[in-house]
Amino acid sequence: MFRIVNKKKLNDTVTMMDILAPLVAKKAEAGQFIILRVDEEGERIPLTVAGYDRTAGTVQIIFQIVGGTTMLLDKKEAGEFIEDFVGPLGVPTKTEGRKKVCVVGGGVGCAIALPVAQKLHEAGCKVHSVIGFRNKDLVLLEEEFKACSDKFTLVTDDGSYGRQGVVTLPLKEEIERGERFDEIIAIGPLVMMKYVVATAKPYGIPVTVSMNPIMIDGTGMCGGCRLTLVKEDGTRSVKFACVDGPDFNGYEVDFDEAMLRGGAYETFEAGERERVCNLFAKESR
Amino acid sequence: MAIEPKKHAMPVQDAAVRAHNFEEVALGYPAEIAVAEAQRCLNCKNRPCVEGCPVNISIPEFIAKIKQKDFEGAYSVIAESSSLPAVCGRVCPQESQCESKCTLGVKFEPVGIGRLERFVADYRNQNARGKTVRPKSNGHRVAVVGSGPSGLTCAGDLAKRGFEVTVFEALHLAGGVLVYGIPEFRLPKAIVRKEVETLKELGVRVETNVVVGKTLTIDELMADGYEAVFVASGAGLPRFMGIRGEGLKGVYSANEFLTRVNLMKAYREDARTPVLRAKRVAVVGGGNVAMDAARTALRLGAERVYIVYRRSMEELPARREEVEHAEEEGIEFKILNNPVEILGYGTGKEVDAALRGTVRAIQVRRCELGEPDERGRRRPVEIEGSEYEIEVDCVIMAIGTSPNPLIKNTTAGLEVNRHGGIVIEEDTGKTSLDGVYAGGDAVTGAATVILAMGAGKTAAKAIAEKLLNR
Repeated sequence: MFRIVNKKKLNDTVTMMDILAPLVAKKAEAGQFIILRVDEEGERIPLTVAGYDRTAGTVQIIFQIVGGTTMLLDKKEAGEFIEDFVGPLGVPTKTEGRKKVCVVGGGVGCAIALPVAQKLHEAGCKVHSVIGFRNKDLVLLEEEFKACSDKFTLVTDDGSYGRQGVVTLPLKEEIERGERFDEIIAIGPLVMMKYVVATAKPYGIPVTVSMNPIMIDGTGMCGGCRLTLVKEDGTRSVKFACVDGPDFNGYEVDFDEAMLRGGAYETFEAGERERVCNLFAKESR
Repeated sequence: MAIEPKKHAMPVQDAAVRAHNFEEVALGYPAEIAVAEAQRCLNCKNRPCVEGCPVNISIPEFIAKIKQKDFEGAYSVIAESSSLPAVCGRVCPQESQCESKCTLGVKFEPVGIGRLERFVADYRNQNARGKTVRPKSNGHRVAVVGSGPSGLTCAGDLAKRGFEVTVFEALHLAGGVLVYGIPEFRLPKAIVRKEVETLKELGVRVETNVVVGKTLTIDELMADGYEAVFVASGAGLPRFMGIRGEGLKGVYSANEFLTRVNLMKAYREDARTPVLRAKRVAVVGGGNVAMDAARTALRLGAERVYIVYRRSMEELPARREEVEHAEEEGIEFKILNNPVEILGYGTGKEVDAALRGTVRAIQVRRCELGEPDERGRRRPVEIEGSEYEIEVDCVIMAIGTSPNPLIKNTTAGLEVNRHGGIVIEEDTGKTSLDGVYAGGDAVTGAATVILAMGAGKTAAKAIAEKLLNR
């Protein structure tokens, strides 16, 4: 059992929690993930590490309420426990030797992009952040990003806050203005990462993307998290996000396949959301 | 008294009924049949069956006890060599081990050794009184990585000798392949739970949610005061064929499919982990895992389930009983067929949204058997132009695994072979690192439960000798 030390709602659909898990906190690095189960009958879900406190022994997670499990998790309060919490899994994001990096975050992906930006910043790398949200109500971690960025741009799809547009617009402008990024690190919805790659391609800037596919064990046993990498010469290879990733060379990822596979259980998830909602509706009656 | 030429039949659930439930298929011998089957043993002098057993159970001796109706005594004989008899009696490939050597088998059917082992273990589980006695600690600490058959065996053997053993398990539940891989209808999970409970009574600590190689490293375990580490982390990454269409929705590795159903209980109506309830399923492969996946798919409600295997029935590596059970249940064997491509419905807007990106069929090519390969199995040769399609909405790849890189990547100096398996000394389980031992699928790649157990025993013996003779 793992205690929830702290809980904070970041907006209507996104919640942050600090979980007491000293062994995980001791090792966790930006870019890695954990797997949790809320209760004894729960499903296993992967969440990327949003932060950690090695002294306090806590690991921070930030999650969007999308299905039954995240809904159940969100009902838990500080002081309560979750059943399982295992990690840190996956390979940390490489941040060494970079001089100037553009960190692009989209939606709840910003929660994962933040520790990467912070780590780069602490290592003395110049960080340009471009973060995007659907609208003003969904904006996350603005101050935190500003604190670790040499240049900061916020966009919303509907223009209700910051600049109107998608993240690729300011990204393209910066590149065209002659910013020389060693790398672009993009973390967000698959479609956003796909277009960040397309934007960077003409300029040949390396793009690293963080994949978040469906997983069960997270240790390389089940193969549910597989994705296809396509090399420049067309050779295809199967990789496992849990042990080979979750970071991959954006130019090689077959995003269309990943998007397809990501939606494999959409109908089930919708049913689960409804089921959990009904459950809580009954309880509160 | 004339010898009964055939084994006493195993009572089973009717095939038509069991194809729709997850309850155990084989029901076990009742006592009188067990005694009658035991009477078939010739108690021959040279005891070839014992040699055929990877953990060398004193088979004629335990069978003799059954003849005398001393079932508790029979259990004691088995327990000297095996820690998990209820498991092995169910999942060992006896026909290629103990029973293949049986003297009676020269003329008649061999003695049903596996069935008798299972009977003894089940009898004991139902009738044993009192708790297992926890041995006095000898003060030595040993870490075991992985709680599958190899890890549990090693932990049990060491605990019985007074070692303080901690087993680290990556998943939330102990049992390894016994809980995530082998289905309920072949190995009820209550049996695995019982075995793990017995180990805990012996003083073994089980730490779930610890991924050695990530949460903790082997070096850290040694620095923490463990005097030896036994690595039994199991097989690893599932293999795919590298053919087109493997990224479609509805294509699973057998590991994923079975884990969803067994570990995460996706077969239950109220399960929180989903699994595709397909109408027509093709399982690619011919081993036990392929049979398990096919029969599981059937129980989830599939109308047609095919085993697609590139060799013939003779070469199927699965346990014979599993193949027979699968055939009885209506699994269709598409033998001498090799997959070429998995075909989907397309991903365009014109395709019905529910079908977009899902499996439509598997295209296979017929094969014929050619010359034997290095292992003596005749090699399949594809027949040019013989392609045809089998209409399915789900494909499960059960073609083996390649070793997990997590421990290798975080343990400097641990030698692995070119396949990624950990290199060990055959008769001790010693690796290239002092104090580190390994066994099971992490060494051999996907093999059997009993071989993994044998490796656990070997390592336990070597670890005990090393730590006690220091």
